[in-house]
Parts: sequence; C-alpha cells; structure tokens
Amino acid sequence: MSDTVTTPPRRKHYLNVDYGIKSWLLTQDHKRIAILYLISITFFFIIGGVMAALIRVELATPLGDLVEADTYNRLFTAHGVLMVFLFLIPSIPAVLGNFLIPLMIGAKDLAFPKLNLGSWYVYNLGALLMVAALLRGGTDTGWTFYTPYSSTFADSEVILTALGAFVVGFSSIMTGLNFIVTIHRMRAPGLTWFRLPLFVWAHYGTSLIQVLGTPVVAIAILLVAAERLLHIGIFDPALGGDPVLFQHLFWFYSHPAVYIMILPSMGVISELIAAFSRKRIFGYKFVAFSSLAIAVLGFLVWGHHLFVSSQSIYAGLIFSVLSMLVAVPSAVKVFNWTATLYQGSISWQTPMIYALGFIGLFVIGGLTGTMLATLGIDMHVHDTYFVVAHFHYIMVGGAIMGYLGGLHFWWPKITGRMYSVFWSKIAAGLIFVGFNLTFFPQFLLGYMGMPRRYHAYPEEFQILNVLSSAGATILGLGYLLPLIYLFWSMRYGERAGDNPWGAYGLEWETSSPPPTLNFDEPPVVTTEAYDYLSLREKKLA
Amino acid sequence: MSEYITPIRTYLAVFLALMALTTITVAVAFLELGPFNDIAAMGIAITKACLVVLYFMHVRHSSRLTKMVVVAGFLWLFILIAFIMSDYLTRGMISLQGPIG
Repeated sequence: MSDTVTTPPRRKHYLNVDYGIKSWLLTQDHKRIAILYLISITFFFIIGGVMAALIRVELATPLGDLVEADTYNRLFTAHGVLMVFLFLIPSIPAVLGNFLIPLMIGAKDLAFPKLNLGSWYVYNLGALLMVAALLRGGTDTGWTFYTPYSSTFADSEVILTALGAFVVGFSSIMTGLNFIVTIHRMRAPGLTWFRLPLFVWAHYGTSLIQVLGTPVVAIAILLVAAERLLHIGIFDPALGGDPVLFQHLFWFYSHPAVYIMILPSMGVISELIAAFSRKRIFGYKFVAFSSLAIAVLGFLVWGHHLFVSSQSIYAGLIFSVLSMLVAVPSAVKVFNWTATLYQGSISWQTPMIYALGFIGLFVIGGLTGTMLATLGIDMHVHDTYFVVAHFHYIMVGGAIMGYLGGLHFWWPKITGRMYSVFWSKIAAGLIFVGFNLTFFPQFLLGYMGMPRRYHAYPEEFQILNVLSSAGATILGLGYLLPLIYLFWSMRYGERAGDNPWGAYGLEWETSSPPPTLNFDEPPVVTTEAYDYLSLREKKLA
Repeated sequence: MSEYITPIRTYLAVFLALMALTTITVAVAFLELGPFNDIAAMGIAITKACLVVLYFMHVRHSSRLTKMVVVAGFLWLFILIAFIMSDYLTRGMISLQGPIG
C-alpha cells in the first residue's frame, strides 16, 4: 500500500506503546483489556454459532438424521450456555463499555484497573471449565439447568458447566462494580449526571443488575451442586425440597440477565441515533431514567417464566401485570428514538442501518414478550418455538444488532482504521434479512404447536423449518463478513481520523487510536450531551 | 475525605457482644418455646449481622452513598424472599376439586 511509504512520524497510542504478549496479558489499560475481551468473546461466538448451525442442519428434515436425541440436547445446551454466559452478557459491557466509559467520561482509566484485568482472567477460567465440560461430552440440561433433572437425574457434565457459569458470574460482578464506581467518582469536571451520554446511563443500569442479581444465580448453582454431591434436600421433593424453588432463584438473576444483554445495546442505539440524525436525543432525561426503570422493574418479573410450573396462579397474576410494566420504559426508549429521527439530518451509514434494524426487531421481540407475559397465551405457547423466536428477537435481533452497530461505529476509534463501507452495508443487510428469515418462521411454528428442544418433528412443520435453516445460512454469512473486513481493515483500511462521523462526545475529541491515558489534556465539559445544534452553528460560523 | 477511625475499644465491645449473642443462641436452643425458638434464633442472627455490617464493615461511619448500597442489597434480598413467598403462601388457595377438577 502506498500509504505505508508516506506514513507521518509515529504517534504513540495504546496499541503501539508496547509490544509483546506480556504487554497485553499484564496490561491494566482498559482499552487493551477491551481488546482481550473482544478476542475471547468472538472465539466463543464462533463456537456457539457452529452449534447453532448444527442445530439448524438437523432441523432441516423432520427426522433425527444428523444427530441422536441425546447429542441434540447437548448441542442446544452448549449453544445456549456459550452464547449467554460467554458472549451476550460480556459482549457490549466488557468490550465497548470497557473501552468507552472512561473515554466518554473523560477519565484516564476505570476506577480499578487491576480488577478489570482480573475480571478477564476470571472470565477465561470459567470459560475453561465450560470447555472442559464440553470436551468431556457436554451437558444435556439446557442452559437453564432446571431441577430435579439437573440435580438428580442428568448423567452429564452438569456440575462442571454450572461451575463455569458460577465463575464467569464473578467476572460480570467485577465489571459491574468497576463501572458503578467509575461513573460515580471519575467524571471529568463539569460532566454532571445529566450531561452523561446515554450509553453511560445504560451501563450504569446494567451494572446495578450485574452486582445485585448475579450473586443469587451463583447461590442457586452452588445449591444444585450441594444437592448433587452431598444429597442435601433443597430442590428434590424426595429429600424434602422443592424443584420450583430452583426456577425462582435461577430466574431472579436470569430474567434481569436479559436486561444485562439488552440495556447496553439500547445505550449504543441512543448514541447511533443521535450521531446519524445530528440531533440531541428527544427526551434525554426520560431515556436516561428508563434505563434505571428497566433495571429495577426487570427484577420484579421473573415469575413469568414459571406460569406452567406449579407456581401459584395468584403469584402468576402479579408477575404477569409487573411484566407488562417493563414495556413502559422500553416503549419510552423506542418512541423517543423515533422522535429523535423526526426532522433529523439522517445519514445512512452502516452503524445507522444496524440502529434502525434494532428498533424494528426489538419492537417485534418486545411485543411478543408482552404476549408471552399474558397468562392465557403463555399456556398455549409455553416451551414452543414461539418462545425461542421471541427471545432471539431480543437477544440476537436486539443485543447483537446493537453490539455490531456499536462495533462499526467505534471501530475507527478502537483501531484508527476504516473498514470497507460497501461490504459493511452488504453485511448489515444480510444480517437483517437472514435474521428475520431464520426466526420469523419460528413464531409461526411455535404458534402451530411445535415444541422447542426436540431433534425431530412432524412433517407438516418442514417448510417453515427449511425456511428457518435457509435464513440461518444467510445470517451466518452476514456474521462472517464483518469478521473478514474488520480484520482486513486493521492492516489495509484507510486511516480514519479522530472523528470520522463528525459525532459529538468526549471519546471523539481524543485521537484515534487514543493514547494510553486517553487524553493529552484532561477534558473539561461545558455543554450538554449530543449538542449537535451548537456543532452545526460552529460549522456555519 | 477524612476517614473515621474506630477505636479498638469499640471493636472489642462488638466482639464481646457477638460472643454473648452466640452463647444466648445456644442457650435458647435448649428452651422449649414453640414457634418462638425460630423467632429468637432469627432475631439474634439479624442483630449479629447488623453489628458486623455496622462496625466491622465500617458502614456506620461511611458516606450516605455507601449506606444506600447496603440498604439496596438488603432490599433486593427482601424482594427475592417476598416474591417467592407470594408463590408459596398462595399455592394452597386454589382447589382443583369441583366442577372443573
């Protein structure tokens, strides 16, 4: 490339300040730790994706002709466990949050850099346990580890996998704690709470869930281990326990965990919508508080996973009503993003395509969520593909669209290079189309009564299943493309400049890639967030 | 921020109180109080936990923000227990016998 000949004198930044494996493995720089996380979660996303591909190949025909029923159980369990614990939960917080929060608040690093690095090691330790379980034959309980099957009957690597989830949970707590303290204590002078980017608010809400919820699932997992190993009666009725207690303890964390996945994504979408509409987010304070409302209300709804267990119908009624309430702050966000678009100066850059895709898919995922929160409908579609479709619209259509949108938005900041705009738009389109083709038919299948977690099905379901598998192929291709062109861009991409999008925010005021201590001069904030109006006036002047 | 330094005397007093409460717990276990056995045991346990949190964990002289974090932790524990009990305590309230059962 010709630009390598005319490169200006090398500026020191976080990527070239030091070389060698040790400088990475012992780094305390939040930006480098974010890259370490990026590598780890991408690895597990690929493994989890291969599991999904095998599931979709199996389901292309009604007969169980690729894998046996037992292998299929282990496949979907591995897919769920890897994707939830090793990819989705750390995805945006540990990669984008880690990289951006100190930059966005004008700090040199997170409050506890060593704890941050420690969290990555703890994550990998947990991941190692899960991989060991996988290599020893895997687990067949589903990612939910329901008792009494998991505690009494399952003849697979339940304890090893659950222990992995237990350990990974601590890395999540460490990240959350670090963010809370950082956001409280390390904001630049002048950066009041209501001047914070909404990305930071969303991560604050997420961190609260991580700190308050994760210990409960850790305890639930320990209790399963205690019952399996020591035969202490907690969940097994024969020992005087109650199996539904496990579901309560599990979902007390795992339902809010869905908000650990989606809230940071919502934070990303707020940044993208503002940047590519050139407008301040409509109703900034409402959007900021809606993140906290989702975080708090998210803790009061877990019983909607237990409607057809032996949970009391009265408790079901309460959980049903409370579940509907979460729709309110979620809708506040969607309406406010839409209102921000109104009369905005919209540009169709790749991250914006992801943001708009997110809004559409999240609305479908959210509205089908309120359907599922309705007691009567849930009786009909519980444990069917309707549920599978619903949560993939939230976790894949919502969380991953936000993650990819954010990765494309801040990639020039992270690497200093620009990727191929053409290919990135093709990939975004493929992902949107492929995603809908994969998961929309599953709504229909579920409504028609196809249960989840079976490797064979009646013939009348084949057409929709083939459509779904075809969609998964397109989706897979859509995910493969960014992997290629983002890698390519690190070496061959054009130099991006400090603020290629003309976006507003402290992270765009420093150079790309940023120096190790983020800012050459400590920033002082004098304006509101997303003050695009003054940016435009400055340009005109 | 000036940090409050707890005198050793206070630590010793709290330690003695914890020991005394432990002794009382054991003693109460030998009395026949019916349902009050559980109430007494739980009451003493909560008192001991409060002493540990307030003095050994320095919450008593910490900032209001720290106190709020502590309260939030207990509030969340309360939510967990209260909502689970909303299930357990109302399960018997519906009978499947009758016209539909």
